[in-house]
Amino acid sequence: MVQEGLQRALSQSFMAQTSGQAGGTTDDLPRGPVAETRDLNVWYDDFQALRDISLQVPGHRITAIIGPSGCGKSTLIRCFNRMNDLIAGFRSTGDVIFQGQDIYGKGIDPVEVRRRIGMVFQKPNPFPKSIYENVAFGPRINGYVGHLHEIVERALRQAALWDEVKDNLRKSALTLSGGQQQRLCIARALAIEPEVILMDEPCSALDPAATLKIEDLMRELAREYAIVIVTHNMQQAARVADSTAVMMMAEDRAGELIEYGPTKEVFTNPKEQRTEDYITGRFG
Amino acid sequence: MRAPEASFRRRLFARKVTAMGFAVLCLLGTSVGIVALALLLIDVTQEGIGRVGWDFINSFPSRRPEDAGIKAALWGTIWMISITAAFAIPIGVGAAIYLEEYAPRNWMTRVIQTNISNLAGVPSIVYGMLGLTLFVRAMELDRSVLAGSLTLALLVLPIVIVASQEALRAVPNSIREAAYAVGASRWQVVSRQVVPVALPGILTGIILALSRAIGETAPLIMIGALLFVPFTPSGPLDRFTVLPIQIFNWSSRPQPEFQENAAAGIIVLMVVLLSMNAVAIFLRNRFQSGPQV
Amino acid sequence: MTRTAFDHQLAEVQEDMVELASMVETAIERSVQALEGRDIELAHRIIDDDLKINRKRYETEEKCLELFATQQPLAGDLRTIVAVLHIIVDLERMGDHAEGIAKVTLMLGHEPPIEPDIDLAPMAKIAIRMLVGSVDAFKDRDAGRARAICDEDDEVDALYDKAYGELVTHMVNDPETIDRATHLGWVAHNLERIADRVTNICERVVYLVEGKIEELNVSKY
Repeated sequence: MVQEGLQRALSQSFMAQTSGQAGGTTDDLPRGPVAETRDLNVWYDDFQALRDISLQVPGHRITAIIGPSGCGKSTLIRCFNRMNDLIAGFRSTGDVIFQGQDIYGKGIDPVEVRRRIGMVFQKPNPFPKSIYENVAFGPRINGYVGHLHEIVERALRQAALWDEVKDNLRKSALTLSGGQQQRLCIARALAIEPEVILMDEPCSALDPAATLKIEDLMRELAREYAIVIVTHNMQQAARVADSTAVMMMAEDRAGELIEYGPTKEVFTNPKEQRTEDYITGRFG
Repeated sequence: MRAPEASFRRRLFARKVTAMGFAVLCLLGTSVGIVALALLLIDVTQEGIGRVGWDFINSFPSRRPEDAGIKAALWGTIWMISITAAFAIPIGVGAAIYLEEYAPRNWMTRVIQTNISNLAGVPSIVYGMLGLTLFVRAMELDRSVLAGSLTLALLVLPIVIVASQEALRAVPNSIREAAYAVGASRWQVVSRQVVPVALPGILTGIILALSRAIGETAPLIMIGALLFVPFTPSGPLDRFTVLPIQIFNWSSRPQPEFQENAAAGIIVLMVVLLSMNAVAIFLRNRFQSGPQV
Repeated sequence: MTRTAFDHQLAEVQEDMVELASMVETAIERSVQALEGRDIELAHRIIDDDLKINRKRYETEEKCLELFATQQPLAGDLRTIVAVLHIIVDLERMGDHAEGIAKVTLMLGHEPPIEPDIDLAPMAKIAIRMLVGSVDAFKDRDAGRARAICDEDDEVDALYDKAYGELVTHMVNDPETIDRATHLGWVAHNLERIADRVTNICERVVYLVEGKIEELNVSKY
């Protein structure tokens, strides 16, 4: 697995360069951001959806984005893998930096960006194919070298789904339960060996048990990946995230980042009154 | 304030009657269609089944009704439908994929879209005139199978396009997003995920279109398909006739024996049509059932 | 978006807490009064009333726990409930101190006062003033006032030192008074503890307002 080695080496050198403390113990080192936005503004045609968002996503941590409906959480998370490009009328100013590069810069292919930043969506959306094919699709189209079935198994194991499906890999993914489907989607995202995983309300269609399972999984995955999660479930953000960003709609309905800090602080002692009002349910 | 009990009961009864009445009306509507079709089939079968046989299928038309057969028309139909399919399917499905997956959503696309929908409603005789002018005269294809097939291809193209578009539109966007999110290019998204999911719907559209083509008479008469053909086409530039024209021809003769031939021709046409449908349904089920690994 | 039912419940636990504080205030006042007047009856009443204080504390605690379980309070709401939970514990303990003073009254019975008598009234007065002030600071979400109240604890500590010195002098001069002086020492100690617990309440007020937990007044005792 040449590619994997290369990627790890790249990300390590990146971390060393930004944190300046490579080689220390793993956990409580301050880490440089893996991805960040700088003064990001987004428009859909004439409507401004995001204004001046500067957000740093640290490596090996879970960053939650919370805020009321329509505040631009999803728009923001979709800027990190250029999914918004698919929407007509989208345009942006400012930078989205990933590995030191502006991914909206000239000559950057969104396909290349998405290969390094995985995404999990609100509703489980497996392809109507076999479990195996779902996971194998990404590596296959990206021309990964190595044994495909090994990649598939590793991804399924990482997504804590392997034991449940190992005897039925050829079964349709649609026969799985909602929670299993979502873990399959996580496995699908992991199979392309991304450096960041974006999760756009990954549990909103799941029952509490499946939700907790995904949350456990997220904590597990945060050892290896940077995770950004959009959620409208504040308890979920409080449970899983290391840091939490709060977004709000301004008067003109553009989304703004009003507070960003350690989850504990945001949920016990927010600095902004608007954050307080929102998370205590007295918003609007 | 709540309605008094008595008046509520009265109303409830009236509501139930209305509901029942509507259900009966719907049932009647359905029955009319089914009964009419059944009667038609029974009538045609009674009249023509005696004539259907190998000789009938394997004989050229003749002045004597008992010697007459549909060999030329059947072969003409097969030639015609094959060439029509060869043109209409790739162009139609391609156009649908372009319009749904690639075309920018601007006024130009909308104009094209509206035009396609309108074309589906243009009378077939108009296509016949177009075919006559364009294929027979301008392109000098003469009154060949090719000219006829191209005309019918034009005729059914809107059906293929619209049906395929519907099928593509029915593919959940979440599938496209999922594919893009693992780094698929647009071509990979469309060819590996979207089209396979839409295929059953596309096939249904194709069958609808070809069924329409196989039954068309007017435009083919317009471009000058022959009424009496004692040979089978040996190439796309040969002259031809087709089953509906043969049936039309026989049914306009005074002799009752020719009426029987017409009925027998209808039976053959129906069998061809139903077998095409069967193949389509078989294919569709194959694509739908179970994932391909 | 509002949370009418939750707001109502949240107001209720705070009202309960304030009520508990006024019950405790009364108990402290009466305990000193009973001591000075050698009022056995009043002392018994204080001891009985302490049961009510305890009950009130547990009731309020339960309401707080219910809010945690059902409303998932966050931010300011969370800090309010946490503060109330801590403050009611301190209040209940202050009630126990008042009860302790009442018990001393019972033990002293009708024994004559020490000559010259030790005046514990100023200590009690300051402690009560601090208590009332801390509850007001809570109600007004006034961290500055809470901090200021903590400083008053030094006065109480000084008065305690003085009383202690006087009692020791008595005991040395007249061994007859050892028993009574020791009892009065307990009273002074209880009053000192009460003032000390007020500083705990003040710490919670600061936490409530500013979100940080800090120790405001490290008592000498």
